[in-house]
Formats: sequence, structure tokens, C-alpha cells
Amino acid sequence: MKKNWQHVLRFLPLITLLALLSGCGKDGVSALEPFGEIAREQAKLMIISFSIMIIVVLVVGIIFTYVLVKFRKRKGQEEYIPRQVEGSAVLEIIWTVIPIILLAILAVPTVAKTFSTSDTTSKSVTKDAVVINVTANQFWWEFEYPDDKVVTAEDAVIPTGRNVIFNITSKDVTHSFWVPALGGKVDANPGQTTKLRLKADENGTYSGRCAELCGASHALMYFNVKAVSNDDYKAWINAMKDGASEPTTASAKEGQALFKNNCMSCHAVDSKDAGIAPNLENFADRKNIAGFLDHNKENLEKWIWDPQAEKPGALMPKRGVNNNLTKDQIKQIADYLFTLSVED
Amino acid sequence: MTTISPHVHSPRQKQGFLAWLWMWLTTLDHKKVGILYLCGGGFFFLIGGIEAILIRIQLAVPENTFLVGSAYNQVLTMHGTTMIFLAAMPMIFALMNAVVPLQIGARDVAFPFLNSLGFWLFFLGGLILNVSWFLGGAPDGGWTAYTPLSSEYLGSGMDFYILGLQVAGAGTLMGGINFLVTIINMRAPGMTFMRMPLFTWTALVTSALILFAFPALTVGLFFELFDKIFGANFFNATNGGNSVIWEHIFWIFGHPEVYILILPAFGVISEVIPTFAKKRLFGYSSMVFATVLIGFLAFMVWVHHMFTVGLGPMANSIFAIATMAIAIPTGMKIFNWMFTMWGGQIHFNTANLFAIGFIPTFVMGGVTGVMLAVPAADFQYHDSYFVIAHFHYVIVGGVVFGLLSAIFYWWPKMFGKFLNETLGKFTFWFFFFGFHFTFFPQHFLGLMGMPRRYFTYFKGEGLEAGNLISSIGASGMAIATILLVINIVITTAKGKKAKGDAWGLGRTLEWSIASPAPEYNFAQTPLVKGIDPLWKAKMEGNKKLTPAEPLGDIHMPSPSILPFLMSLSLTLASFGFIYADINGMGALVFAGIGIGLMFLLMLIHSLKDDHGFHIHKEEIIETEKGAE
Amino acid sequence: MSETHTSIEKLANPEKATLEGKNKFLGFWFFLGGETVLFGTLFATFLALRDKVASGPSGPELFSITTTFISTMILLVSSLTSVFAVMAMKDNKLRQMQLWFWVTVLLGLCFLGLEIYEFSEYLSEGLGYKTSAFSSSFYTLVGTHGGHVFFGILWISTLMIASYKKGITTVTAPKYYVAALYWHFIDVVWVFIFTVVYLLGILGD
Repeated sequence: MKKNWQHVLRFLPLITLLALLSGCGKDGVSALEPFGEIAREQAKLMIISFSIMIIVVLVVGIIFTYVLVKFRKRKGQEEYIPRQVEGSAVLEIIWTVIPIILLAILAVPTVAKTFSTSDTTSKSVTKDAVVINVTANQFWWEFEYPDDKVVTAEDAVIPTGRNVIFNITSKDVTHSFWVPALGGKVDANPGQTTKLRLKADENGTYSGRCAELCGASHALMYFNVKAVSNDDYKAWINAMKDGASEPTTASAKEGQALFKNNCMSCHAVDSKDAGIAPNLENFADRKNIAGFLDHNKENLEKWIWDPQAEKPGALMPKRGVNNNLTKDQIKQIADYLFTLSVED
Repeated sequence: MTTISPHVHSPRQKQGFLAWLWMWLTTLDHKKVGILYLCGGGFFFLIGGIEAILIRIQLAVPENTFLVGSAYNQVLTMHGTTMIFLAAMPMIFALMNAVVPLQIGARDVAFPFLNSLGFWLFFLGGLILNVSWFLGGAPDGGWTAYTPLSSEYLGSGMDFYILGLQVAGAGTLMGGINFLVTIINMRAPGMTFMRMPLFTWTALVTSALILFAFPALTVGLFFELFDKIFGANFFNATNGGNSVIWEHIFWIFGHPEVYILILPAFGVISEVIPTFAKKRLFGYSSMVFATVLIGFLAFMVWVHHMFTVGLGPMANSIFAIATMAIAIPTGMKIFNWMFTMWGGQIHFNTANLFAIGFIPTFVMGGVTGVMLAVPAADFQYHDSYFVIAHFHYVIVGGVVFGLLSAIFYWWPKMFGKFLNETLGKFTFWFFFFGFHFTFFPQHFLGLMGMPRRYFTYFKGEGLEAGNLISSIGASGMAIATILLVINIVITTAKGKKAKGDAWGLGRTLEWSIASPAPEYNFAQTPLVKGIDPLWKAKMEGNKKLTPAEPLGDIHMPSPSILPFLMSLSLTLASFGFIYADINGMGALVFAGIGIGLMFLLMLIHSLKDDHGFHIHKEEIIETEKGAE
Repeated sequence: MSETHTSIEKLANPEKATLEGKNKFLGFWFFLGGETVLFGTLFATFLALRDKVASGPSGPELFSITTTFISTMILLVSSLTSVFAVMAMKDNKLRQMQLWFWVTVLLGLCFLGLEIYEFSEYLSEGLGYKTSAFSSSFYTLVGTHGGHVFFGILWISTLMIASYKKGITTVTAPKYYVAALYWHFIDVVWVFIFTVVYLLGILGD
């Protein structure tokens, strides 16, 4: 965490205000506490523009306060007629030219960083980069690793310290892919592909979310990006290719059978298949259920019973409320799903 | 109001509620249309305000369940749409109607009929939007109505959005053309362009922006409508459509739209500050230049709303620089205002408090605007609460402060009575602090990763404090609004009467005539000899302005019910389209009937020559005596 | 502000003789400015979507240059006849003005007839409104223009019918004048449609 301290120093002006307002935020969510190269560059730009703008605010603030105090109407001056000044060429030139200079100063890093952070194609960034195809859906995220033919959903696993190129599209409406701690967002447009490069500095789980209004549960369309060491990443890919372990308990086996009859038409449990609903091969390894609920069986059962009660507008049919499945059957399915792991 | 005209054209002489109602339905008097706009805009402002409060209640605490899912989206969509199109725009038209003809020494607007039609279209368009609450749910695709969500995935609410805005937008366009022609053609002798008061200048530029921005929205809304009810493929990717086109069209309209709102607010500040500093506006020519330049640049920067769409670093950089450029003319304005006060004598009444409060508030909105113009950083800010904070600083801190200042400033001119100053100052301080408490924390919420249009957030993300402060602040603005309503009610019953030069400090022509202005505005068209003609005349010791013509009969247009009926027929047509989407194509019959009726009414209007009526010289002399 | 039916014999520009006339004249120009943005948006959308034919036919496969060329000629001539009408109006020759405006209306009807024929051909060859993004944007652009032509026909006809009673006055002259202006505008728009949609469509293939 010592590196964090340096970030804090660098972003002291903002952080101070922030701390004043709200105490400390949660790690790995804030654009002000970057955990990756892109986010760091962007935060630098924020600081540069913020600093220039603080100058402007101070200058205006000082003149403004002085004017209000000095030239306020005082008692007994009712008849006073101020001199009717037409203007001043010198002053007007000053406050035209100085902003132009300030903006020119800002424009240079703006253009430079806009190009450098948007670079997803030059050799230096694609070399050794991991490519992930992201498909946004109402209201979940699918991640495909085309080089390894692996599909997963909700939680993307990426290698720390390597560039990751996300190719982003949408199956239905416009969404926007945003992992604040790693970098800015880019939209997921139906029928088009946008590109985004991110790179994580440290291992950790970074919260991602949808940033473009996409329907009733836009506010619940979270995902996670798990940054792991390069070796762990390779191990994870291989484990995904091998498939999840088979269930052992009786209940989980029952659940597997029920899953095949009731859920398989939409949910794949093999990382080779995309399916029309989230792939569940490594379900048990994920951080959240449906992207945002705490990862426990109780929540999973609630979710299967009535998904829309948790996530309005979710497309998954109501399994329990509509009497397709009993509470016990749902429990068995939950048992089964919690065996779907590729980690040890 | 004055009683005039023995002619039958004037129904005011009839008594009773119906006569009163008929008068308002048929009036073509720009001052009355202005009052209608003010009432209509005020009404929707209250509705939009209630929606804002609902949003803040839901977000006051984490994981709240007061308003979730589509219900929340409906409220946020209607809040934005109502505030922009149904509250801010009409209030601006209210001011333009009430003030512009008086400031240029005109007796009327160029197209009184279109002017009235514009109002009724806005008002009925607003009602179409708002009845959606009772007819299957309000629009829930955001005020930006991005496709294909709005065109394919949402319910009938978006039909109400599309048609409501289509009708209201047509009204706005007419209003825009009316004021363009009024200002260009109907200025009093000697009122050259470079002698026009700044508010009139901003009205001119705003009208030009309306003219060139609204047709784009009209077309975009038609595309969305055709996709929705006729199965067109503009935004449907499966058949080759492209949803990004909507974003371009919307923002080519949408960015000028926010300047349409802010420019008249600049105009207001440029009137109020000189008046209450007893000094002429500093750097008048550069203020005009800045206004025109901002108007121009308004059309060059729309892509800064779309930095994250994936248009590439080249497009993003070009639009970033163009966006930054806007800070220059805006900065000129800020400094000119401050140097208008420099060496002056600043009166702290409510109108001026709002104008003064505008300056630091708008500067804060402006600097975050420049920060947002940096594309790589905008990737972080975009669609987060940082953006919400920014645009509320410019639209509430800018436009609404300007409007409230204008309401207190011109209220005596519009109604002949002052608003109460004590209550007014309470309104200001509640609004000012409420506003900053509401929106200042939102900058940080955005940077901490809270996206806009989220109906909830989770415990432990550090977002609790900021949201709670924000919600408490909102109640401050609510109290301010309630105080303003009380103020209006009380002073309407027994307010202090206003003279023609209500503040005793008037500089421009509107203060040279009675409060409220007589129906014909100017008994004799004044001869304008410079900037701030009234101030000049007063300084030269003259009580009256030099007239440019002898006293004579004044010709006025007759009232007409046709604008109201035309708007009703377009409303009928709108419901035809809405129900064609809900109930099937049969409902298009009503659309046909509505449009047919519209044509019929246009035919009647075209064939029936309006001879108007005359206000005779003797009556004018009588009225003017009464005003002394 | 004169409201009387002044005789216009001595006026060179009867349409601008009164303030109302001047206002109408200027206001209508502004209106056409707005219309330009409207058509500009339609053109831009069409250009963005013209290659997106999905499974339907493309423009070059359908367009008949002969038909659209005839349409173009008809509309160009109708613009000319409306010029004659306005010249007659300025000379205070009511009969002549009516004649030329009626010819304009007739040519407008021919144009509309051809357009309806053209659309029905395309429909029968499988280009429905819902077929593709290209078809939607094509029909919307060209159809909006057609709608404008239709409105122009109604408008000029109405004015002409009324002109038998009202003649040429400072009140009616601005109306005739702006109607002719409108007709020129839709003619100009058509020239753009002919070039951008049809010629570029065929050449660009």
C-alpha cells in the first residue's frame, strides 16, 4: 500500500476536499485513486486542468469580493452618480489573451493524452496484450477471450501489468463500459465495436459498471475486473478450458439435473459457449450474483425464485414465483451452481 | 390593465369568468402571451421541482427502495425534459415577450398570431408529455432518449416524449422566428443594432440558435417515431441502422439548446447588474461580440457530449479545442460584469442578489466545463455525477439564477406591482445555499465512480455523506421556491404599486412607459439617440424621451381563437400517433383528422383577412394621463 | 402599419410595401433557413445509411435515371413558371399571374404523380419502408420532399382560388411572393436530392 500513499500525495488538493466531504471511499472504485496506467494519466489531466481552473476561480473570486465590498451602496449616497465608463481596451485585451494562454497550456497535454490513452492499435501496446471481447446485454456483461476461445460473464480476469484491449459491443441497447479505478469509459454500441485499453498496476478486484442509461436496471449493471499475476491468469485460462469440476454431493447432483432441464437453454456451463444468458462455468468463483448481490446461496435462491424482485427488468424468467420450481429444487440448483469453480 | 377600444373586437368588456377565459385563450398581445408563458413555465417548473425532490428522496440513503427501476427512470426523464423544454424555455420566452418589444420601442411583435400559436403549442405539448403519467407510464429513456433503447425497448412513455416535444418544439421554432423578425424589423428609429440592450441581443442570438437547432431535433424525433411505430430502421442495427446517428442529431440540437437557455440569462445579468450598479455596461461591444461568438461556437462543439462514443482521438481533440474556445468569450462576459460593478454603487436587492450570485456560481460551472472538455479526462467524468454537478451549475446556477433575477427585476413592469423584498431575500439565500449544498458534493460523487441515472448506490462505497448532503440541500431550494410562490400570492393581493421607472434606476426603454405597459406599449414611438436612452434622457434632465412621431391612432391585431384551436388539433393528431403505437394503426385515423383540422384552420386563417382595430388618439391621451 | 387594401399600381415591390409584408418576407426566409437544417439532417442521415441495404435491394439496382430526370425537368420548369407569376404580380397583371401559378400547380401535380409511380415501382421490386436502413432513410428524405411539394400545391391553389376575389394588394402580394419563394426552395432541395440520392447513387456504385 505504500504506492497508494504517493497517489494520495499527488492528488492532495482533490483528496483533501474529498475527505472533507465524505471520508474515505472504498478502494478500487474511484477515479481519484487510480490503480492503472490509463486512470493515472487521466487523473493527471484532471489535476492539470483543475489547477489551471483554480487560478481562474481565485482571480475571479478576489476581484468579485473586492468589488462587492468596496462598491456596495452606503447610507447617504443616494444621489451619487458613478462615472459611466464605456470600457477599457487594455483590460479587455488582458482578459481575452490570458485565458487564451491558459487554454493553450491546457490544450497541449489534452491532445497528447487523448491520443496516447486512446491508442489500442500501435505495436507497443498490442504486443503482449490480452484481447477481451466484451458484449453488453440488459443487464449483464459477457467476456470472451478470443485467443483462448474462453467465454465468461460478470467477472473479467486480467493479468496485472499487461495491456488489455477490450473490444466492446452491445447485443441490445447502448451501454457504457467503465472501470473507474483502471480508466475511463467507452460506449458499447449495438452493431459496432469500440476499443479500450486498460492496464492494472496491482492485483485486486476493481468494480466496473454501466455508464449509459440502458433500462430499468441500469443502476445494477455492475461487473468486476479481477487483476491477477500473469501466471495465475494463464492458470485460470487453462482451468477455464478444462471446465468446472463435477458436483459430488447428492443435492448438487439433483441440482445439476434440474439445471439441465430448466436453465441450460439459456445458460451455458461450458466456457466454450456464449449462450443468451451469462455463462456460468466459474460461477462459484465470482464476486457477486447478478453483478451486484453478495455472493451467497441465500441470495442466489432469492434470485432464482424471482429475479425481477432483485433486478427490475431482468430477462431471466421467474422460476419460483411462477411455480416452475419448488423452494427445495431451487436450493438444489443453488448447491449445484456453487460447485461451478475452476479455482482450487 | 387599461380599458380601451369601443370596438366589438375587445371582449374584455364582457363580464365573468368565461369572458376572462376567452380573453386569455384569444389574446395576441405579446405582454399577455408573456404572462401566459410565465404561468405555463412556472407550472411545469413546480412539477419538475417535485420530480427533483423525488429523485433526492430516493438517493438520500443507500439501497433505498422508494423509487426504483423504471419508476425512477420515468421521474429522471420527466425531470430533465420538463425543466429544459417546459420550464426554462417558456420562462425565457416569457421574458422575451414581456421585455424585447418594449426594449426596442416596438408596439407589437412581428407575428402576434404565430406568437400566440407558439405558446399554445408549447403548453399543449407539455400537457401531452405530462398526461403520460396517467396513461400507461411516463417516458423513461432519459431526456436524451438514446436509441435503440427509446425506439425499440421501452414502452409507450417514449411516444408521449416524442410527440409532446414535437408539438412543443414546433411552438418554440415559431417563437424563435417571431423574435428574429421582431428584433430585426421593428426597432424604433435610432435603435441601431449596436444600441440594443444586451437582453435584446441575447434574445436575437438565442432565436437564431432556436431556428437552426430545433429542426434537427424535429427530424431526429421523426426518425425515432418512425422506428417505433412504422418499423423503420434508422436506429435498428440488425437492418443496418446506426444508433450513433441519433446521438449526433440529438446533440447537434442539444448543445445549442443549452446556449439557447443560457444566453438570455447572460442578457438578464447584463441588464440587472448595470441598473443596480448605476453604471453603464462595461465593454458593451465586446459583450455583443461575445454573445454572437458563443452563438456561433454553440454549433461546433456537440461532439464533446459524445467523447466516449468511440469517434477516435482526432475527432475528440478537435472538438475539445473548440469547446475550450467557448471559455474565452464567456470569460470576457464575467470580467465585463465585474468591471461594470467596479466603481459603481451596488444595490443589494433581490434581483441583484440573484445576478451577483450568478457570477461565482456560473464561473464554477464554467471551469468544470473546461475540465470536461479534456477528452481523456472526460472518459472518467462522462455520465457520472460530475457531469450532473457541472450542468446544474450552469443551468440552475446560470439559467435559473438569471430567470429568478429577471422575475424580480421585471415583475413590476409585467404586473405593475413589486414582489416583496424581504421574502425575496429569503428566497435568494435559501436558494443560493440550497443549490450549492445540493450540487457541490456531486462533483465528488462522480469522481468516486457514481454514474448518473442510477436509482441507488450501495453501502460502504463512500457515497453516503455526499448524497445525504445533496438531498438536504435540495430541500433548501424547495423552501426557496415555496417562499417565492407565497411572495407572488401575497403581492398579487396587495403588493406595492410600481411607477413606470419602477426601480428609479431604469436605463432602457421599457422603463420609460407605464407599469404595466399599456396595450399599445408606446403612445408615440420614441426616437433613440444612444445606448441606455432613458438613463441619458434622465441625466439630461428630461422626463420623457423624444418621440419619433406625432400622436395618432394605433392599429392593433384582433384577438383570435385560431392559435388555440390549431394547437388542439395538433394535440389530437399527436394522440393519434401515440395510440397507433399502443393500440394499433387504427388510431392513425385520429392523426389524420387532427392534421386535416390543422389544415382547415390554416385555410381559414389564410382566407380571413384580419383588419384589426384602432385605439383612438383620445383614448391614448386618457390612458397616458392615468399612468402619470 | 397599414391594413387597407392599397392599390399597388405604383409600387415596384408590392410584397414589401408594408411592415407586415416586410415581416412576412423576412420571417419566411428564416423559416426556409430552418427548413434547410431539416433537409440537411435528412440528407446527412441518408448519406450515412445509403449503403446499409440489409437483405433488400440497393439504390443503384432500382433507380431509373430517365424518370428522375424527367421529374427534375418538370420541377425546374415549374420554378420558372412561378417566376413568371411573380413578375406578373409585380406588373399588377392578375390574370397572367393566376395563369402562371396554375401552370406551376399543374407541373407540381405531374411531379407528384411521377414520384408516386416511382415509389410503387420500388415497392413492387421489394424495397419496402421497413426493408433496410437505406430504404427507411430514402423514403423519409424523398417522401418529406414530396410532402413539401404536396403542401405547396395546396397552398398555391388556395391562394389562387382566393385571388379571384382579392386580387393583388399589399396584403395579398406578400402571400403570393412567399408561396413562390417556398416553391423555389423545394425545387432547390430536389436538385440536391437528384444529385445526392440518384446521380451519386448510380455513379457511386
